[in-house]
Amino acid sequence: MNWAAIRAIYIFEMSRFFRTFLQSLISPVISTSLYFVVFGAAIGSRIDEVNGVSYAAFIVPGLIMLTVMTQAISNASFGIYFPKFIGTIYELLSAPISFFEIVLGYVGAAATKAWFIGIIILITSFFFVRIDIQHPIAMFAFLILTCISFALFGFIIGIWAKNFEQLQLVPLLIVTPLVFLGGSFYSITMLPPFWQAVSMFNPVVYLISGFRWAFFGIEDVPVMTSLFSIGLFSGLCLFAVYWIFKTGWRIRQ
Amino acid sequence: MAPILDIKNLRKSYAGGFEALKGVSLQIEQGEIIALLGPNGAGKTTLISTVCGITSATSGQIKVGGHDINTDFRAARRMIGLVPQEVALEPFETVINTVKFSQGLFGKKRDIGAIEKILKQLSLFDKRNNQLKELSGGMKRRVLIAKALAHEPRVLFLDEPTAGVDVELRKDMWDIVADLKADGVTIILTTHYIEEAEAIADRVGIIANGELLLVEDKTKLMAQMGKKQLEVQLTAPLSAIPDGLVSYDLTLGPSGDALIYTYDTNAERTGITQLLNDVAKAGLSLRDVVTRQSSLEDIFVTLVKEDAA
Repeated sequence: MNWAAIRAIYIFEMSRFFRTFLQSLISPVISTSLYFVVFGAAIGSRIDEVNGVSYAAFIVPGLIMLTVMTQAISNASFGIYFPKFIGTIYELLSAPISFFEIVLGYVGAAATKAWFIGIIILITSFFFVRIDIQHPIAMFAFLILTCISFALFGFIIGIWAKNFEQLQLVPLLIVTPLVFLGGSFYSITMLPPFWQAVSMFNPVVYLISGFRWAFFGIEDVPVMTSLFSIGLFSGLCLFAVYWIFKTGWRIRQ
Repeated sequence: MAPILDIKNLRKSYAGGFEALKGVSLQIEQGEIIALLGPNGAGKTTLISTVCGITSATSGQIKVGGHDINTDFRAARRMIGLVPQEVALEPFETVINTVKFSQGLFGKKRDIGAIEKILKQLSLFDKRNNQLKELSGGMKRRVLIAKALAHEPRVLFLDEPTAGVDVELRKDMWDIVADLKADGVTIILTTHYIEEAEAIADRVGIIANGELLLVEDKTKLMAQMGKKQLEVQLTAPLSAIPDGLVSYDLTLGPSGDALIYTYDTNAERTGITQLLNDVAKAGLSLRDVVTRQSSLEDIFVTLVKEDAA
């Protein structure tokens, strides 16, 4: 195992994050505050409680997931796409490093950034609403798993993308709608039966449900199903990454 | 001693069917400098990219320091440094950080002392905390060399290292290459500047259409294929070659005021003494006598033309 190389990639990627540390910090704080004002105060004032949890508190897990998923994807996809775009990928391809180690470096850094932002959002939410986290270890585990699996997904997008438009395409057209329709701001049980059934095909529903269970002990789907689905998603992403590096798809001619 | 780089029957075909390398074999000894010359699209960069792992070979075998680049890729790649043709650098990163990155990527423990030494050698030390976007083109090329040297490679590939750089920097690069050779580093460079190969290479390889036409010791090549010309400049122009000199293979200069004699430097007798005697006998008055040796460029052009024919 080339630990020095993994460390080098990780530090190099994290330095990009720290170069724009203030933007990285302020942006999620502002957007979270806006969500609390719009959803928590304006809309929340018309909704008493959801499954025994105040609406303002209810949206916190969904809010964290929304940002963490998009951040993990964008950081990982940009992280590997940028070397392809500017040509520095030659160094990665000619280094004594396996593809697994490359993934570990890039996905590790992207997941760390997303995790960090998730924690910032959680801290910000404490200023707006009282939250007692019922299963803190499960909450951290779900958060970390989500960061890693979506960073893996982002990595695949970064390899696939041939231009900046494609880099934005999947997050914008697929991920964001899935996250918004995945119960970030509502419980699936609030939907009519038909749309409840449709929602079951949305993988994000399972992630948000599991994460919300860790916070409040309430769930739209059983927590084990949530765990299984995130495990399945991670497994699929890992297999795709393995295949990409095995074949050199869009990396090595 | 086994060659440090051993390429056997290397072939590379792209998806569209284009065959970039057609069975290239090449052995390079440790510590030598070999220059690969060839026109654009000849396969020079493909050859380097395949050895370095950027491109996959269609068939053939490559060993670096006895390590197969596929089955023992870590050991093989640790020995290799690559300075690419294109200046590819992360614009917002600092000089020192990008070199640290390269050192780590090749499995070396962080060694700031070694990095600073390289930066000083390449006159980059004062710029170590500058962002790469702030550097001139020449400086960026130096950074690429610093990155390639950060893990102390034993084989260094320089893919057109002096393309588009000024004369001063080109001379600096040649000095750097000479220093590396003194340290026992094997250097393979591709270049369009034939004077560069002439100045620094031990051996010259000529590639055209994916084939290695020849690999020869530079001085031997020039001795074997180099023709020399003697130009006898006259005080008065001639309209034709005098009868007493027709037995020589002479040509008349464009203005008629010079006789040009081409001879083989390796021949036992060049015929120069007899020619000059006969020129005097023919009553011609000399203004000057000049000799010219064909350059590597002339040899290169001849070989590539022959291959195309």
